[in-house]
Amino acid sequence: MKLRLTLGAAAVLALGVPLAAHADVAGEVKQQCGSCHALDHDYAKAPTHERAERKAPPLDYAGNKFRREWLFSWLQNPVRLRPAGAFPPAHAKPSADGDVVDTATLAKHPVLDAAQAGKVADYLMTLTPFDTLIKAETYQPGTIAQRMGQMNFGKFKGCDGCHQDAPDKGGVSGPELYTAWQRLQPAFISAYIAQPAAWDPHTMMPVGDANTAAVHKLANYLKLIGEKQP
Amino acid sequence: MKTLLLAATLSLVSAAALAAADSGKQLYAVYCTQCHGVAGNGKGINAAQMAVQPRDHTDTKEMSARTDEELFKVIQHGGKSINKSVLMPAWGGNLKDDEIHALVGYLRELCCQKN
Ligand code: HEC
Ligand code: HEC
Ligand code: HEC
Repeated sequence: MKLRLTLGAAAVLALGVPLAAHADVAGEVKQQCGSCHALDHDYAKAPTHERAERKAPPLDYAGNKFRREWLFSWLQNPVRLRPAGAFPPAHAKPSADGDVVDTATLAKHPVLDAAQAGKVADYLMTLTPFDTLIKAETYQPGTIAQRMGQMNFGKFKGCDGCHQDAPDKGGVSGPELYTAWQRLQPAFISAYIAQPAAWDPHTMMPVGDANTAAVHKLANYLKLIGEKQP
Repeated sequence: MKTLLLAATLSLVSAAALAAADSGKQLYAVYCTQCHGVAGNGKGINAAQMAVQPRDHTDTKEMSARTDEELFKVIQHGGKSINKSVLMPAWGGNLKDDEIHALVGYLRELCCQKN
């Protein structure tokens, strides 16, 4: 009887520790990151122009989007992903040659140490409101020839109007995609290309008409170029 | 009395038109300025890297040559639908019809209400 009680208490304790730690991290993230990043999906209910006021990309579905290893290393060394910031028009300044990105207005991202980055990455990976979108994905990573992939990405689908597929090559209003494969879950890549508005109704990315096979080819191209990155 | 009523109706209509134009402007800022420029002149931050240049929406002559229906169509179905560049995306999956109408209204302001 006595033994059973002790065992029971130990079990409660063992469960209790990670739960409490988890709640701490949630609070910390809310405090340190919530001033810029959305951590819930309320923005989806606001009028579209809330997109213009965002200071950072939403993190409310981070666990359905990122690779944990990438989060862990990026949070310690946050290199720029969006050449023109979180809301590009806010960082555009007119010039004689047209609008240019005013890089002076792009702030550096906060840096975490390894211990914090590990805890935060673990916590962000628990934010998975869109499991159903991921489960519905049929994408199986495959191969594509560089030339064909590039034609799809550029000439046929016009993705290069807004995204770079190599450093300094391509549009700058979207996140660069030459490291997308290292950063994002393959199923997310495919699901987002197919239905960006299902993830974020105010996405600045057009909902295309690419069929499933074409979407998978585009994802394979991101795999091809991403695996060549250091 | 009749004139009064007419005046009242007219001011109602213009108030509604103004509200629509305002939201057209906000939608334009979110979706269109990335390519067409913060001033609507076709020189957005993406333009320098693009093979086909975005239309200058302040070009009165070019823009006046298009009907509202034509503008609606190219916004909804993209450049490809009018045999123009795929670099002009189709926005029908992002925007509702009334939002596209608001954008058409804003394009008319941009092109043709210069002072
Ligand atoms: C001062 C505002 C600000 C704060 C505070 C902030 N961020 Fe960010 N964050 C940004 C911006 C802006 C970007 C976009 C950077 C880019 O694309 O180059 C970003 C990007 C990110 C990304 C990549 C998102 C994506 O979709 O590509 C992650 C992950 C991230 N932040 C995590 C965090 C975490 C965790 C914290 C808290 C410890 C935090 N951020 C605090 C502004 C902020
Ligand atoms: C009009 C500009 C535009 C076009 C064209 C466009 N995108 Fe995007 N894309 C964006 C923006 C902007 C985002 C980020 C969401 C936001 O900021 O609202 C994005 C996000 C993405 C993401 C997620 C990346 C991340 O780190 O969050 C992928 C993958 C992607 N786009 C692939 C594509 C592909 C493939 C095409 C061509 C079929 C394409 N995009 C066409 C603007 C565009
Ligand atoms: C990815 C860049 C890009 C974005 C974003 C974009 N456009 Fe365009 N747009 C273009 C290009 C390029 C052309 C020129 C196409 C051509 O001449 O072949 C164009 C042309 C047009 C035209 C002229 C079509 C004609 O009859 O000649 C209209 C109208 C237009 N865009 C409206 C819009 C509106 C409204 C938005 C926002 C909802 C928008 N565009 C967003 C690139 C873009």
